[in-house]
Amino acid sequence: MEKDSVLEMRHIYKTFPGVKALQDVDFTLQKGEIHALMGENGAGKSTLIKVLTGVEEFEAGEIRMEGNEQPIINRSPQEAQKHGISTVYQEINLCPNLTVAENLFIGREPRKGGMIDWKTMNKRAADLLADLDIFADVTKTIDNYSIAIQQMIAIARAVDMSAKVLILDEPTSSLDDNEVEKLFRLMRRLKSEGTGIIFVTHFLEQVYEVCDKITVLRNGRLIGRFTTAELPRVQLVAKMMGKDFDDLAAIKQTGEKEASYKEEDIVIKAVGLGRKGYIKPFDLVIHKGEVVGFTGLLGSGRSETVRVLYGAEKTDEGELFVKGKKLAAKHPIHSMYEGMAYLPEDRKNEGIIADLSVRENLIIALQAKRGMFHLLSRKQQEEFTDKYIDMLQIKTASRETPIKSLSGGNQQKVIIGRWLLTNPDFLILDEPTRGIDVGTKTEIQKLVVKLAQEGMAVVFISSEIEEMLRTCGRMVVMRDGSKVGELCGEEMSQSTIMSTIAGGQ
Amino acid sequence: MNKTLKSITSKRLFLPVFCLALVLLINLFTRPDFFSIEIRDGILYGFLIDIINRASELVILAVGMTLVVSASAGTDISVGAIMAVSAAVCCNVLTGGERAATAYSNPLILGFLAAVLVGTVIGCFNGVLVAKLNIQPMVATLIMFTAGRGIAQLITDGQITYVRVESYKTLGSSFPGFPVPAPFIVSLVVVLLTAVLLKKTALGMYIQSVGINKKASSLTGIKAVLIIFLTYAYCGFCSGLSGLIASSRIYSADANNIGLNMELDAILAVAIGGNSLGGGRFSIAGSVIGAYTIQALTTTLYAMHVSSDQIPVYKAVVVVVIVTLQSPGFARWRKALAQKKAGRVTGKEAA
Repeated sequence: MEKDSVLEMRHIYKTFPGVKALQDVDFTLQKGEIHALMGENGAGKSTLIKVLTGVEEFEAGEIRMEGNEQPIINRSPQEAQKHGISTVYQEINLCPNLTVAENLFIGREPRKGGMIDWKTMNKRAADLLADLDIFADVTKTIDNYSIAIQQMIAIARAVDMSAKVLILDEPTSSLDDNEVEKLFRLMRRLKSEGTGIIFVTHFLEQVYEVCDKITVLRNGRLIGRFTTAELPRVQLVAKMMGKDFDDLAAIKQTGEKEASYKEEDIVIKAVGLGRKGYIKPFDLVIHKGEVVGFTGLLGSGRSETVRVLYGAEKTDEGELFVKGKKLAAKHPIHSMYEGMAYLPEDRKNEGIIADLSVRENLIIALQAKRGMFHLLSRKQQEEFTDKYIDMLQIKTASRETPIKSLSGGNQQKVIIGRWLLTNPDFLILDEPTRGIDVGTKTEIQKLVVKLAQEGMAVVFISSEIEEMLRTCGRMVVMRDGSKVGELCGEEMSQSTIMSTIAGGQ
Repeated sequence: MNKTLKSITSKRLFLPVFCLALVLLINLFTRPDFFSIEIRDGILYGFLIDIINRASELVILAVGMTLVVSASAGTDISVGAIMAVSAAVCCNVLTGGERAATAYSNPLILGFLAAVLVGTVIGCFNGVLVAKLNIQPMVATLIMFTAGRGIAQLITDGQITYVRVESYKTLGSSFPGFPVPAPFIVSLVVVLLTAVLLKKTALGMYIQSVGINKKASSLTGIKAVLIIFLTYAYCGFCSGLSGLIASSRIYSADANNIGLNMELDAILAVAIGGNSLGGGRFSIAGSVIGAYTIQALTTTLYAMHVSSDQIPVYKAVVVVVIVTLQSPGFARWRKALAQKKAGRVTGKEAA
């Protein structure tokens, strides 16, 4: 083992059916170090954590811990805990109806004559929290306290079980700035006492504020271990996204000419629109015939922004104007009346209605717009269905096949058809190309460009920057829940996009 | 031949119809006179007529229950109690607050309207709890399940309220000039009206859509909360109507016994009709067949002279068989068996 290291994982392999989740991944954690584990969706972060904590088994490789001669294998989280590895998850697993002290000592309560020794337990709990500067009454139930305090109590429990390695899995995603600061203070404190902390997060700012080292994974492979101070943000973003920054700087994409838009071409105008704890206020203008891309890392707020625009989430500040008319949608149907359409990111849970047929899935939005008592005749429904099956080349056995038996790409085409049928002025496509085959991806991109040429305003979101560069005339860049920039024309290149995403230096 | 057989057995309603036929066929051996129908005084009599007559309340309840199950993936267990409340309200209006009356104090139609209205209002109450406040359907309707009979007792001062007027019995016996029982006609009208409502408006699709995927339905512009609310309100309306028929049969309001345990039969009818209790796709026809199957079973047992306190035991056995026949587990087993058999046949041919 390396000098001063508390945990070493070497050549870890893990396969899920059809996916190589981890391939030859190394990870080293030193004593008294806060180490960020970074990567985009599907990079293998959570698999690595699960392998380490015994939730999943690994196929090859070894894990060594300080103080153990032999490599260790954890078969369950309990076993991992015995080896000194504790995890605090994003969804805190404390019991809300038990007291702070009970939560701290659950499963290992101090006993006297077979009964729980309440006095000792409360005393020890109070001492523990006082020692870590956490202010909470240990005899009160835990639901009296904010998420941040609960998070810290969960950490206190982990620490008290003598954690050599503490894993924090996205602990800050539901905390405000003030609470994050408190959490960081606790993390630094533990670090100074020699605990090794693995910090999983999407927030770049936080990584640079608190972490010493960064390990980046991509597509189940190790990209590298870096010292935070020596890795510029742009480089980090490039490494996560899989683009070599220096190479990309050379390839200049010549974007579309910046068209001049007139006042009456404005379809969407948002002024200070936002919702506390969800998306920070932003201004935005989208014109007729324009394809606007939203880009940013996972969790940067790109999906949240469009959900707020569509009215899928309520806003608590700012105003939205659609074609000059103020809109305060209480339900998506109100946005639909104004000509909006929204293809959600999560196709399975928010897009398809699995047991309904292709026909019903296609016409349902138009039907909802017409109202319950103006049923489209069966003949009209079938005509529309045939038209869109033909136009979008949907591969289905028949009109009446349940949509769930179609492939992902064809399901997506049905949902796109559903919205085109409502004849929208403003179409939002959130990750329309995720999880579908390459051919269909290209078809969808062509369709988007064609729709814009016909005068539709389109928002296009994709995790693949090349896809957005090909289709979008303008890009809105998001970081940590707020809009940080807009790029168009000449400025639009992978390198500028990445440096805007990274911000800072 | 094999192909037509397969196309019949793969129909959605095949199993429910098959089960109903199976129950009726038992009588072919035990009571050959079971299927005979005769006309006395211009009214039809016979075991079969008895089944379609007695099943009427259950058919009406099953229609409402089907929609509730489909939209909310939950059940309304207050339907039996709503029947009792509706009967109590109707009788109380007609007797003018007395515990027995030989003449109407208010017009008959007023009593009917009040009863159906009260049923619908209770349905709306359930609907608000489930749709708007997101309370588990079982828990939300448990409130009325428990409180309903208490309310009925309050209305009737804890006594059975009699309406001893001949015309009050009409709804539970027969309309003059019609040979078929009046309850059957009412249930037929409810089924047909519901079917038309679901076919001629988009409501049927909305209900299924909300039941399958509430989130996606909302995002495509369907007001999921309203749809779920409407199904509970409609179920309350159906229960109120059922309560009227049950009350007319005994020309009184018996708060303790009207609609007793009917909620369980109504849920069972939906399940026997091949509908998933997990919500989504539904068939009103299936539930109606399910309701008739349950009544056919009861009548068959009576015809076999099984005493009424033993009937639940036999009923339970048959229900277990029916539900097993329709279960996905059984379907898998049957498929595996057929494959094995096919394998053996081809094996023989090869030899």
